[in-house]
Amino acid sequence: MLRRLFSSPPPSPDGGGREGVCRRRRRGRPNPHPALPRPSAGGGFKGAFLALLLLAAPAFAIGVDEPLPDPAQELRAREIAKSLRCLVCQNQSIEDSNAPLAKDLRRIVRERIEAGDSDAKVQDYVVARYGDWVLLKPPFNARTAALWIGPFALLGLAGIGVAVYYRRLATAAKAEAPPPLTAEERARLDRLVSD
Amino acid sequence: MRLKVLLPLLVFALIAGALYAGLSLRPRDIPSALIGKPVPAFELPPVQGRNAGLSTADLTKGEPSLVNVFASWCAPCRIEHPVWVELAKTKEVPIHGLNWKDQPQAASRWLETFGDPYTRTGADISGRVAIDWGVYGAPETFVVAGDGTIMCKYISVVTREMLDEKILPMLRDLKRTGKTSRSC
Repeated sequence: MLRRLFSSPPPSPDGGGREGVCRRRRRGRPNPHPALPRPSAGGGFKGAFLALLLLAAPAFAIGVDEPLPDPAQELRAREIAKSLRCLVCQNQSIEDSNAPLAKDLRRIVRERIEAGDSDAKVQDYVVARYGDWVLLKPPFNARTAALWIGPFALLGLAGIGVAVYYRRLATAAKAEAPPPLTAEERARLDRLVSD
Repeated sequence: MRLKVLLPLLVFALIAGALYAGLSLRPRDIPSALIGKPVPAFELPPVQGRNAGLSTADLTKGEPSLVNVFASWCAPCRIEHPVWVELAKTKEVPIHGLNWKDQPQAASRWLETFGDPYTRTGADISGRVAIDWGVYGAPETFVVAGDGTIMCKYISVVTREMLDEKILPMLRDLKRTGKTSRSC
């Protein structure tokens, strides 16, 4: 029991919000001036709904990073972030994850790119700290060989099985086939057919 | 003919075996990439109100040590904490605290309330040093050899039993010979 207890850091004040840490990150730029119409005077329900919408608007700011000034670099940063697995929310990439650690890692990815690292070097930087585990597409090596080859090996085995099955079927059909007619039998058959 | 009966059984046994093994795997525990490597280069100021900060140099002075990642926001750390307080009383091994992404006052208050077992503390407010250590949750505990090689990483709460059965025997080996053949 005790061995399972482990906690990830709480959202930092700047990353704010009480959103579940493993919720998908909302995308897009913060909306500084939510241009929503004022609630109409009469419609109580409609008004309340619009008021709710207004309250919800600041939530778009959650999980939004400071993008890099160069759009090409920003695009690279996002692609790299998509290839790195979040350590807290293990089925998400750090690009998708709302976890504070993912946010820190995204910042590191941007920093490394600004420092002039190649995509591979940025990945290596994170792999050096967290291992191959963080790569959503693991590299081919002794430990991951079964992972990469396994499906093809199974497919091959299944293929062999099917081939063996059909070959047996063919030999069985051959074995059950009656022996060819003798000349005498053939002559009798011809006679019967021609009648 | 016999193969026809045995083969499906064999395949079933294989799959069942793999699934059974999967039941006891802990996919949340990611093996550290830093085992056998030197501790990362870092230098941290101490937790508020304390004197001794933590840096690479402190971990490479020849004496094996423990580095414990803790934070005041980390509930499991409270469960684990008495183990360190008790170990600190024996003075057998230095325990260093890496205070991860904490508020300075909160960390300081936490140590005052629950006791301070740490020889040195490093306040990693931004969390950057913890990333260099491959930390992804708290608590985590590293066994560091005297030359600064990371020997083991324990993810989540360290219990008295783990300390007695695994961690302390390894530290004693390291202290005596600088080497160990024990596993984590």
